[in-house]
Amino acid sequence: MRYTVPNADPYLLPMAGLLAAIGVTEIYRLGPDDAFKQGLWIVIALVLFVVTLVALRHDYRVLESYKYLFGIGAILLLLLPAVPGIGTTVNGARLWVHVGAFRFQPGELAKIFLIVFLAGYLREKREMLAQFRPKDVGPLLVIWGGAMLVLVETNDLGSALLFFGIFLAMLYVATDRLLYVGAGAVLFVVGAAGVYQVVGHVRDRITIWLHPWTDKPVYCALTGGKALRQDCQSYQLVKSLYSIAHGNFGGTGLGKGTFVNAAGQSIIPYVNTDFIYSALAQELGLVGAAGLLLVYMLFVARGFRIALMATDGFSKLLAAGLTFGFALQTFIIVGGIVRLIPLTGITLPFVSYGGSSVVANFVLLAGLLLVSNRANTERL
Amino acid sequence: MNKQISRLAVVAMVLISALILATTYWQAWAAGGLADRQDNAIQQVAQFTIKRGLIYASDGKTVLAANKPTKTADHILFFRRYPKGPLATHVVGYSTRYRNRAGLERSENDYLTGANGNLGAVFSTEIDKLKGQTVKGNSLVLTIDANLQALANRALAGKCGSVVAIEPTTGRVLVMASSPTYNPNIAEKPNFLQLVERIKGGCDYLAPLLNRATNGLFTPGSTFKIVTVSAALDTGKYTPDSNFQDPGYCTEYNKPVYNSGNPDQNGPEQFGSLSLFTGFQHSVNSVFCNVGKELGAATVLDYAKRFGYYSVPPLETPLNERSPSGLYQNHLLFRPKDPNAKVDPGRLAFGQERMLVTPLQSVMVTAAIANGGLVPKPYVVARVLDPHGKTIRTTKADDLGRAVKRSTADEVTQMMIAAVTGGTGTAAQIPGIQVAGKTGTAETGVNHVNTTWFTSFAPADAPRIAITVVLEQQHGFGGTTAAPIARQIMQAYLSRGSK
Repeated sequence: MRYTVPNADPYLLPMAGLLAAIGVTEIYRLGPDDAFKQGLWIVIALVLFVVTLVALRHDYRVLESYKYLFGIGAILLLLLPAVPGIGTTVNGARLWVHVGAFRFQPGELAKIFLIVFLAGYLREKREMLAQFRPKDVGPLLVIWGGAMLVLVETNDLGSALLFFGIFLAMLYVATDRLLYVGAGAVLFVVGAAGVYQVVGHVRDRITIWLHPWTDKPVYCALTGGKALRQDCQSYQLVKSLYSIAHGNFGGTGLGKGTFVNAAGQSIIPYVNTDFIYSALAQELGLVGAAGLLLVYMLFVARGFRIALMATDGFSKLLAAGLTFGFALQTFIIVGGIVRLIPLTGITLPFVSYGGSSVVANFVLLAGLLLVSNRANTERL
Repeated sequence: MNKQISRLAVVAMVLISALILATTYWQAWAAGGLADRQDNAIQQVAQFTIKRGLIYASDGKTVLAANKPTKTADHILFFRRYPKGPLATHVVGYSTRYRNRAGLERSENDYLTGANGNLGAVFSTEIDKLKGQTVKGNSLVLTIDANLQALANRALAGKCGSVVAIEPTTGRVLVMASSPTYNPNIAEKPNFLQLVERIKGGCDYLAPLLNRATNGLFTPGSTFKIVTVSAALDTGKYTPDSNFQDPGYCTEYNKPVYNSGNPDQNGPEQFGSLSLFTGFQHSVNSVFCNVGKELGAATVLDYAKRFGYYSVPPLETPLNERSPSGLYQNHLLFRPKDPNAKVDPGRLAFGQERMLVTPLQSVMVTAAIANGGLVPKPYVVARVLDPHGKTIRTTKADDLGRAVKRSTADEVTQMMIAAVTGGTGTAAQIPGIQVAGKTGTAETGVNHVNTTWFTSFAPADAPRIAITVVLEQQHGFGGTTAAPIARQIMQAYLSRGSK
């Protein structure tokens, strides 16, 4: 870092390191084997982090010239899980790609590609778009269609929300037109409502969100019979809420939480990936969970500071997009766990177990540091 | 673009702040409600990380409930073990992995898990939690006398029924036995209910899980005459010498109610001219039938309420394991607006009608007579000990108010003494100790199958024990079946000398 980005923001990397360390610690506590793999992924992620920094040390703005390549790349990555033979459906959502023993979520990387593309594209077209002529609405509709496609294709409301949210945020930053945001939000809601009618998986998620508990047995799709919803579809959410609640103010203490039942079975499925937050909330309590979220808040604050300090449009858009994407992803997964929004399975940046997530977030960090370095160097 | 970026930053901050608020909601406001939910798998495990307090019999040494540590991936869990098996099953209850808790294990869960106690105990529990040490609960010392309890269990073996004995001056429960019973150690097994169903016993409706002492409702028969005679004397309408004519029946609603209906008497006896005293001594139904008619059902029920009828008797066991006594209709407590019109006073007076009584309520009446008219408040938890064995709470003896005047109680005592020395309850005589008692033999509707009772206290001049024995589906009478059991237990207790 000293060598490649000497003038970059000094707080971001330590915060990312802290989050990753908290993640590995909790993953180790939940399953030592996974912690080793996660450690390995962090090493790989750091290598890619350094590679990104070294490769783009002179001027990352060359990326702007390849923006369409990134745009196409993002779409290809998103469609990858739909390719027969390598795509896999996990938990009703088609987000994974299998190549041999190697498994990853291309969506994580696609997110960064999309942000690079949008930063380049919007920088170029912002004046035009700001005038808000009817013919400029075209690209908006294309991207909206893309998001809906992602939603239908992956069955995953969370990813669609994330991509579309990033898009609207960047569009707003570029054009200062709240109308775009409003129109976009309306379109998204309409589209999502349409998908809700068609796709059972999405409908289930909404039902679970609104009514996780039932007093009387209801139809349970998993068994085909009747069961209380908390024993069927919303099992995971409800058990995760119990986990958070059990943490209370001070938490049970690291290693003192309860994650397996008396028979030795895991109580919360996917506790070390999507639900790592509920594990942390139980063991660290409100103090620890709020502390963790404050670290995310600081990270986001520094990220936006970089965007403000940046001197050119592409850099500003890139930094703002990366930061908002990071914040929105945190909100979507934690918000799902604490029942603010419907639960969707995406990872908690830096903390969750999962190779693609760790790699993508360290690359995102590299991007922010590059922008920051440039801005600060120019100021000197 | 900086204006937009600043605004976007605010949006992002608001989103993350919302997460902190939502987490606070779940961990602070909603936490208690979630912890109580049935399907809370985490609580189901976490509760066993607490080393529950032990439960001791009255000697403070005999352990009724202990812990069995078991290791899992996360913790050492403490499961329950009941070293004395079925000794006091219905009082102690059980605490298991697969089922809800029962008995004191349920109602005193807060003490046993250290969630309750005095401020110091709660504080040290919190310190243990912070230090990551095993949280230890508080122990209970019961009032149950292990030897007497075992004696009662042996006497009830093979029969259906219950024995309850209390100290009349304090309300300490010395014996609370219910038969058939079960070994609480099987409660942990997944097929617990099938195992319970296989238990055999001496009646049609076995229900070994039912605590007959507090939840069993039986027709009181002549034991209810204690309430009626108390009302008769306390209102001043009668004295023990009040004279009656007994033609062998009493006329109610223009129809004769025969004495023969009461199997405590051998055949349809006719006593001719007799006093209330003699009528009680020999349990003459026609006398009480006439007393009932004269007093009215409302007065009799009013006195029953003074003894505790129509309210759930206080005890530390769970509320749903105790029933109120009184008139029942369609399995519900019957509270007539105008009892004098709706209730047959004659039959009520000798304990038939729709009157149903728990053995605990029955012994409370007897203890109140023994206690000079004050109804003692029964209790079964004598002391609560902190994990170091220091007493943090001692139950103080209390009463539930006065049922009758002291003079009334003394007169009833004399009648009960006479019933044992030369009446229906002679089988309860103990050499050298004066016993006051009353028999009861209630018809069940099936010929020669009765619910038999004996309720008594001794020594009559300075009562130390009050006891009620009830047996289901008996062919004999209260004086022949239940009285010998009561005598045996009273004798065993009194022969130890005063403590």
